[in-house]
Amino acid sequence: MLSSKIFVDKLRGNGFDFFTGVPCSLLSGLIAELEAIPEIGYIPSVREDAGVGLCAGAYMGGKQPVLLMQNSGFGYSLNAFTSLNLIYKIPVLVVMSWRGFGGKDAPEHIIMGDINEPLLKTSGMEYAVLDENNSDQVLATALKKINDERVPYTLLVKKGLFDERH
Amino acid sequence: MKGIEAFKVLAPLLKNEPTVLANGFISRAFFNVTDRKENFYMIGSMGLASSIGLGVALAQPERKTLILDGDGNVLMAMGTLAMIATCAPKNLIHIVIDNEVYESTGSQRTLSHEIKLEEVAKSAGYKQAMRVTRPEEIQPAYEKLYQAEGPVFLLIKVEPAFDASQGRVTHTPEQIRDRFMESIAG
Ligand SMILES: Cc1ncc(C[n+]2csc(CCOP(=O)(O)OP(=O)(O)O)c2C)c(N)n1
Ligand SMILES: [Mg+2]
Repeated sequence: MLSSKIFVDKLRGNGFDFFTGVPCSLLSGLIAELEAIPEIGYIPSVREDAGVGLCAGAYMGGKQPVLLMQNSGFGYSLNAFTSLNLIYKIPVLVVMSWRGFGGKDAPEHIIMGDINEPLLKTSGMEYAVLDENNSDQVLATALKKINDERVPYTLLVKKGLFDERH
Repeated sequence: MKGIEAFKVLAPLLKNEPTVLANGFISRAFFNVTDRKENFYMIGSMGLASSIGLGVALAQPERKTLILDGDGNVLMAMGTLAMIATCAPKNLIHIVIDNEVYESTGSQRTLSHEIKLEEVAKSAGYKQAMRVTRPEEIQPAYEKLYQAEGPVFLLIKVEPAFDASQGRVTHTPEQIRDRFMESIAG
């Protein structure tokens, strides 16, 4: 288990200062932590692709954005990533829950769970699987990609990594 | 009024406001009227000019920010109107060139001949929303909304008549980003 509070502190400590997303139960603890701190100004996005656009604008306006989503939202955002972020080189840190991992989940998550990694790879979206021991290391990699290559970087989150609050 | 006429009236009214332009003919036609470093020409990601503009407006609360959108783009991302209304950036002006068609792809009809997008924006919670149909109405409406507290919405009804022979945006996506970001930072 990785404490949602500690992870939020790490994100902020690394300069991330703009937070939006569409909820997933796997990320409910994380979103609760973000919502608990008013100066963070967490913005509920209506769709993941709108969140991608919002983060792109915020980045160009000088912010360091984080976008939280369920991997189902990766499907909705694919065109935004490929025809906005990846061609203009507009980075964003994506925290993506990996529903359907290992084929164990509700039916609607199974296919995306199976293709999540290949889909990230084939679309040129770099990523790492976040676990309870590697957060400093993957955040350092993410920051390097974001600052040097200016591409989106995704952290995949499996069930049980963060506490769930629902 | 044609879309291009609306742009010719609008362009001289703009100062250094960051401006996010919808994909297709909107970016292309405005580029040919006035290319400025403050123009973010969105060439893909249909529907996202509004969310990109919202992000800029929130990151730069002291700078008036413009979105130059199309009816098809707005209809594709109507939920973003609710995000704009609830985030309520005082500095955001959302302008829609409403030609009632997806002109860029061959003028197939959208739904805005029946759906009044300025009323949708008003119901969503924009502070003000106006509709103009004649070129001489554009400047007074724009100036009124510019003075007002945002987010505000200006719908400009036009006939579908952009000139497809006009060239595409010649800057690369990365150049568009760099110019835009420099204009904001500088
Ligand atoms: C997701 C997606 N679907 C379809 C298209 C094709 N397309 C490009 S521009 C456009 C029409 C945009 O309509 P509108 O916002 O009304 O602008 P107009 O073309 O009328 O100026 C469409 C359908 C696209 N680029 N992206
Ligand atoms: Mg149109």
